Amino acid sequence: MPEARGATLEVDNVTLAFGGLKVLRGVSFAAQAGSVTALIGPNGAGKTSMFNCISGFYRPSAGTVRLDGQDISRVKASSRAALGMARSFQNIALFRGMTVLDNIKLGRHAHLRTNLLQGLLHLGPAAREEEALRAEIERKIIDFLEIDHIRNKPVAMLSYGLQKRVELARALAMQPRILLLDEPVAGMNREETEDMARFILDVKDEWGVTILMVEHDMGLVMDISDHVAVLNFGAKIAEGRPEEVQNDPHVAEAYLGSGDPAALMRRLHAEESAA
Amino acid sequence: MSDDLLFFTEVTLAGLGSGALLALTALSFVLIYKATRVINLAVGETLMLGGYLFLAFAAGMGLPVWAALPLAIAGGGVLGAIVERGLIRPMLGKSPISVFMVTVGLGSVLVGLVEMLWGTDPRTLPGFIANTPVFIGEAYVSRKIVVAFIAAALVIGVFLALFRFWRGGVALRATASDQAAAYSCGINVPGVFSIAWIIGCATAAGTGVLLGAIGGISPSMGIFGLSALVVVIVGGLDSILGALIGGLGLGLIQAWTGSYLGGEYQSVVTFGLLIVTLVIRPYGLFGTHEIERL
Amino acid sequence: MIIGTAKETYRADEALLTTRPQQVWMAVLLAGLAVLPFTFNAYWTYLACLVLINVIAATGLNVLTGFTGLVSLGHAAFMAIGAYTVAWLERDIGTPLLLNLLAGGLLAAGIGVIVGLPSLRVKGLYLAIATIAASFILHFVFVEWTAVTGGSAGISLQPGTVFGVALVDYTQLYWLIMPICVLMVTGAANLFRNRIGRAFIAIRDRDISAEVLGIPILRYKLMSFALASFYAGVAGGLWAYFFRVVTPESFPLLTSIFLLAAVIVGGMGTILGGVIGALFMTLVPELLRFGVELLGPVIPNAGLILSPVRTIVFGALIVGFLVFEPQGLTEIVQRIRRFFRLWPFRT
Repeated sequence: MPEARGATLEVDNVTLAFGGLKVLRGVSFAAQAGSVTALIGPNGAGKTSMFNCISGFYRPSAGTVRLDGQDISRVKASSRAALGMARSFQNIALFRGMTVLDNIKLGRHAHLRTNLLQGLLHLGPAAREEEALRAEIERKIIDFLEIDHIRNKPVAMLSYGLQKRVELARALAMQPRILLLDEPVAGMNREETEDMARFILDVKDEWGVTILMVEHDMGLVMDISDHVAVLNFGAKIAEGRPEEVQNDPHVAEAYLGSGDPAALMRRLHAEESAA
Repeated sequence: MSDDLLFFTEVTLAGLGSGALLALTALSFVLIYKATRVINLAVGETLMLGGYLFLAFAAGMGLPVWAALPLAIAGGGVLGAIVERGLIRPMLGKSPISVFMVTVGLGSVLVGLVEMLWGTDPRTLPGFIANTPVFIGEAYVSRKIVVAFIAAALVIGVFLALFRFWRGGVALRATASDQAAAYSCGINVPGVFSIAWIIGCATAAGTGVLLGAIGGISPSMGIFGLSALVVVIVGGLDSILGALIGGLGLGLIQAWTGSYLGGEYQSVVTFGLLIVTLVIRPYGLFGTHEIERL
Repeated sequence: MIIGTAKETYRADEALLTTRPQQVWMAVLLAGLAVLPFTFNAYWTYLACLVLINVIAATGLNVLTGFTGLVSLGHAAFMAIGAYTVAWLERDIGTPLLLNLLAGGLLAAGIGVIVGLPSLRVKGLYLAIATIAASFILHFVFVEWTAVTGGSAGISLQPGTVFGVALVDYTQLYWLIMPICVLMVTGAANLFRNRIGRAFIAIRDRDISAEVLGIPILRYKLMSFALASFYAGVAGGLWAYFFRVVTPESFPLLTSIFLLAAVIVGGMGTILGGVIGALFMTLVPELLRFGVELLGPVIPNAGLILSPVRTIVFGALIVGFLVFEPQGLTEIVQRIRRFFRLWPFRT
């Protein structure tokens, strides 16, 4: 099924400042091709700012973002989709008035070729392109994410969990080589969270897509990540495999204000059982 | 004083006079916008209605000017109250464009009503300002323009004082800066809405009488509202200072272009100014810059 | 409950008209358009032409305002550009009619892109006001550029000819205007079956995430301006052949308001909305005329109140629909449709 291999993303010494306020200070980390990397940290650590730098809404004051070795720091946000970058938003950013199917089709926009004139006529190439798109979305995405029963429903009518799933579907329609997920399971119940975890792993395994996610649910992070980077006050304080990060005293300090790894573990377990 | 300079002075003085009326009309925009975030395009038509109400009271019913003027102003206020309660409040929370279009439709209704009651021909208001000119130094100015200028200045002065010192003015400023916070401070926000519309429309009606006294009235005089709209966009929609400076500035610019380039250039200069402002400083010279967040 | 919409192929599901009743109603409409000039007198044919011209312009504005979310109050100025282009080409160059119409549309589209440029910086109401300003500046050009536009007197045209036939009476004009209108409305409807139209809607609904999907926002906004202006330009060109005189006062601000009102009253963001909005708003003044004529014997000077009554009703329709029926006539049509569900195909 996967045509495109996952891409490697390297963030190198990225600094972001708004006026005098430094939101990110020289952050470096990498998401290896075909792996799941999690970006974690307390609220206000700069995770979403990092995402906005990677997807091109903010331009870093210093440092570079590289995709498969190519510097993309100066590429416009709207041009990054064609490079194979897709993202979801913390607060779902679907087009609420459109149907699920139209939302997913929009994901493919950057890869379609129909121009204005062909669009007005909707004959030959434009019609064929639409048909092929529809067939592929049905076969690959709608079946894969188990959303065939809602394909013609307006997004606004769907539950929160389903909307998150549609957002993932739309991101997949972008034929991404790297997928940025901003809190993919925030606000979900346990069952929905487990579904989403399964989908994320399936995307990685079956599509070979690199995944970079910001997530607060430590259970999920520890379960599915291959690699974790920790931010605090705009600086990276730790990086490594999940279990390494879990035992890092700096991380525990960032979260709890004390250097006791055991306290972090207790808190993580408490969160997990509360979820 | 040379003739050229004298001519320039006279043009400038006339420009300040019409600028004062523009400022007053702009004030009506700003007042309503500050309180309710509505751009009321019917301000121009309210102004026209004020002129016709004065005509009805003074010429039709034969009332003296000191009675007809307050009645015309009160008529504008009543219109404002009805419009706010009947049309604007039901539109709360709708897109600003929809509300804007409601006021456009309202303007059309007002024009139709006036044409139905008074016909489409231009009328002159019964003279209540003497025709004898005023000389400032050597420069000749129409007495009507001087009176209009002084009246506008007085009204604007009163408004500024009210904003600063009257409880209602403070409530208005609070509502303008944050509706929810104003609510929680116990400010009667719907009441502020009503008051803003009443005062705003009454101001426009009064301006209409002054404008009509200078140039006569007609159903199409609402177009003056478009010039005032340019003033508030250039000055900043929520800025009283912007309305004053913008009004006087545009009055001067229009007078100068009208006299030196020709009347046909007035609209192109006015609207060119508008476009330049929108592209360079969309929130106006003195307006508040609202930052959009992702 | 509609059951019969399951499709055998994706092609059928992606078609413009997906249900049987839709197809039948469309066939009825097209047949009606084809026989209209044979069944009605010249006056009604004249009105039909006027409606069709307004349908083209309103559909263009609907693409811009209803689907892309960019409000324009300067649409009439683009009709004027189309009309002047056609009139100038007829008077000074003598190119063929269809080419003139195309040129009118394209020039309007080009100017539309320039007028759309402020949408880079401003949106919403500010953009609407910028378009008003642009239309006043264009008006100035029409009055002052006498060599081309004929100044305040404007340009008078000879009847246009197409394939050797002079378009003199309303029936002949109808056969020019009607097919163009059908083509252009179909084109607009097609647009929303593929990536271009979807991108417009995406920009209207949430422009930040449109960017993440790889939609260059400014380019699409300008494309929407160009397309809407092209429609207006062609409508204006047809208008020029229809009335055979173009002056700076032919397309006042009121026409822009009229077109926006048609889109609002019809229903923003549906192709049907632009069509029935233009139909309704063009016919209401005529209906009022009949009403006033009926009242003639009862009310003295009934003729004098016609114009003010039209102005009042025009304003009241805008206000009434925005306050009470913001989805427009389309929503009312849907309600009727739900009521009759599949009629007359109910089994």
